[in-house]
Amino acid sequence: MAKVIMKGNEAIAKAAILAGCRYFMGYPITPQNEVPEYFSRELPLVGGTFVQAESEVAAINMVYGAGAAGARAMTSSSSPGIALKQEGIGYCVKGEIPCVVVSMMRGGPGLGTIQPSQSDYLQATRGGSNGDYHIPVLAPGSVQEAVDFVKESFEIAECYRTPVMVLCDGLIGQMMEPVELDHEPTKREKVDLSTWALGHSPKGKTNTIINLDIDAPNCERENFRFFEEKYPAIEKNEVRWEEFMMEDAEYAFVSYGTTARIIKNAVKALRAEGMKIGLVRPQTLWPFPQKPFENKKIKKWIVGEMNMGQMVPDVQLACGKKEDVLFYGRTGGMIPTPEEYIDFAKKELGGAK
Amino acid sequence: MSTIVYQKPEGLTDVRMHYCPGCGHGIVHRLIAECISELGETENTIICAPVGCAVFIPKYFTYDSIQCAHGRAPATATGIKRVHPDKIVLTYQGDGDLASIGTAEIIHAAARGEKFTTIFINNGIYGMTGGQMAPTTLPGMRSTTSQEGRDPHINGNPIRVCEMLATLTGPAYIERVAVDSPAHVIQTKKAIKKALTMQQEGKGFTFVEVVSSCPTNWGLSATKAMEFVKEKMIPYYPLGVFKDMEKEGE
Ligand SMILES: Cc1ncc(C[n+]2csc(CCOP(=O)(O)OP(=O)(O)O)c2C)c(N)n1
Ligand code: SF4
Repeated sequence: MAKVIMKGNEAIAKAAILAGCRYFMGYPITPQNEVPEYFSRELPLVGGTFVQAESEVAAINMVYGAGAAGARAMTSSSSPGIALKQEGIGYCVKGEIPCVVVSMMRGGPGLGTIQPSQSDYLQATRGGSNGDYHIPVLAPGSVQEAVDFVKESFEIAECYRTPVMVLCDGLIGQMMEPVELDHEPTKREKVDLSTWALGHSPKGKTNTIINLDIDAPNCERENFRFFEEKYPAIEKNEVRWEEFMMEDAEYAFVSYGTTARIIKNAVKALRAEGMKIGLVRPQTLWPFPQKPFENKKIKKWIVGEMNMGQMVPDVQLACGKKEDVLFYGRTGGMIPTPEEYIDFAKKELGGAK
Repeated sequence: MSTIVYQKPEGLTDVRMHYCPGCGHGIVHRLIAECISELGETENTIICAPVGCAVFIPKYFTYDSIQCAHGRAPATATGIKRVHPDKIVLTYQGDGDLASIGTAEIIHAAARGEKFTTIFINNGIYGMTGGQMAPTTLPGMRSTTSQEGRDPHINGNPIRVCEMLATLTGPAYIERVAVDSPAHVIQTKKAIKKALTMQQEGKGFTFVEVVSSCPTNWGLSATKAMEFVKEKMIPYYPLGVFKDMEKEGE
């Protein structure tokens, strides 16, 4: 199929519909309003259902219901709204409800700003809900990748029966780019609906979605099952990253989303001046890629994000050398330029060639 | 020769309920199962449990069921009913769940006219957490967080949910009933059956509030608790039909 030019938010909604999502529940918030707007217009045309919920809290709990009923369901929001969804995400985790949550980050904390940011990295990867848990977090670096990752997310969600988050900085939602919409996601095995979903139980059988394990040993056993079976499988099968100009690199940036795209320009400019520098771009933030950090040729890692360094501890843990990890970022809705990264690298790496 | 005059209705499991003696929850569970059975929907029902004493609903009914977040059952039921318009979908919620933390969810589900049924148990107190003040606790009524009795000047006033929801265009049926006497129990069954029948017919959002008891946290015996319902609760929460789409315009 030919490429079409689409705004990120609309492309995300379109990708979800192409992936078979027929239920969307959301609440308006900038910079993702085109997502619910698109769904409200397009879902009825394919027999789907759009509900403008009374709040983000209600929206995620509607998704909890629709997902529990066996449908492909999704919600999206931006930072303050994702904060409100955390309770519901935790219920989806515990109830093992497949669903997709798109988080279009803006500057915070509080009401913050409507400009793009990446300051919900920790909220996404460390969980803003209560309890021991992880959810897969995919971080697209372009509108095309957002389209592809939304499709993958539904597959991942159903394969492991888990909520999946697609974490984008607001730029990805607002940007217009040419995209191919017909990339097929990797098909994964999925759990038969008759064994667990509401309204799908065979005659004489009952499907229940349990969220309370009043007996502590049961609750612990369930947590062990997640951490011994579900999460290792996701870590093994679903981790993704991109390496850019890393073959002979001695220094490396680590960045995701739009910041990584900005940094690619810095890498090219620094390469032109002879610096052996590359970029590691995690595409999943949980599971966080470990492999690229086994590269012992790298003398310094420069983390670049639109926040105050939320990914830094993950990079330190992965490379095992705290002192080798530097950070440069902008926050509160400010977008860094390639020049800022070029200057930072030159200054910190002492004009290293 | 013997005839069966009373038996457990289909739809209830054999699991022994954990409710305290004199608690209204068990009565209402039974009535729900009877109505759904009589409507031939036992194999076709999905029930949404609240957070509250009724959180163990999945153990007590044979229906597909889900434990919802505190107060969010109307949102979760919205998602379920939109996916399964041909199933009977119910939420079962206490007064802390529905009239406090979940106020937004119930009002908006009602306003949207979501085509499921809510059974609302008003026992004037937080049962599960041990007797704290509920939005429905009567003025002067003692709770562990209003130990001298609820003072409206300090603790605010109770909420009458049926009256509030009846101002909306969305709901198809709203009735308040009680389970303090055999006659009222029979009326409660009628109300639940009417609500479920209207759901079967796709009429819209249906709501039955049951004025109920919590002898344990009221500090009363089972019989005294039922007297309290009759003498104190019902005068404050008058019984009756607050909205009936089928009668409108008559
Ligand atoms: C978010 C959240 N807040 C508080 C609680 C604690 N909690 C459990 S049950 C309950 C109130 C239950 O009272 P009610 O809804 O009246 O039902 P009852 O137990 O009386 O049937 C509360 C506050 C919780 N589980 N989740
Ligand atoms: S605590 Fe109250 S509401 Fe809960 S089971 Fe006992 S009597 Fe019923």
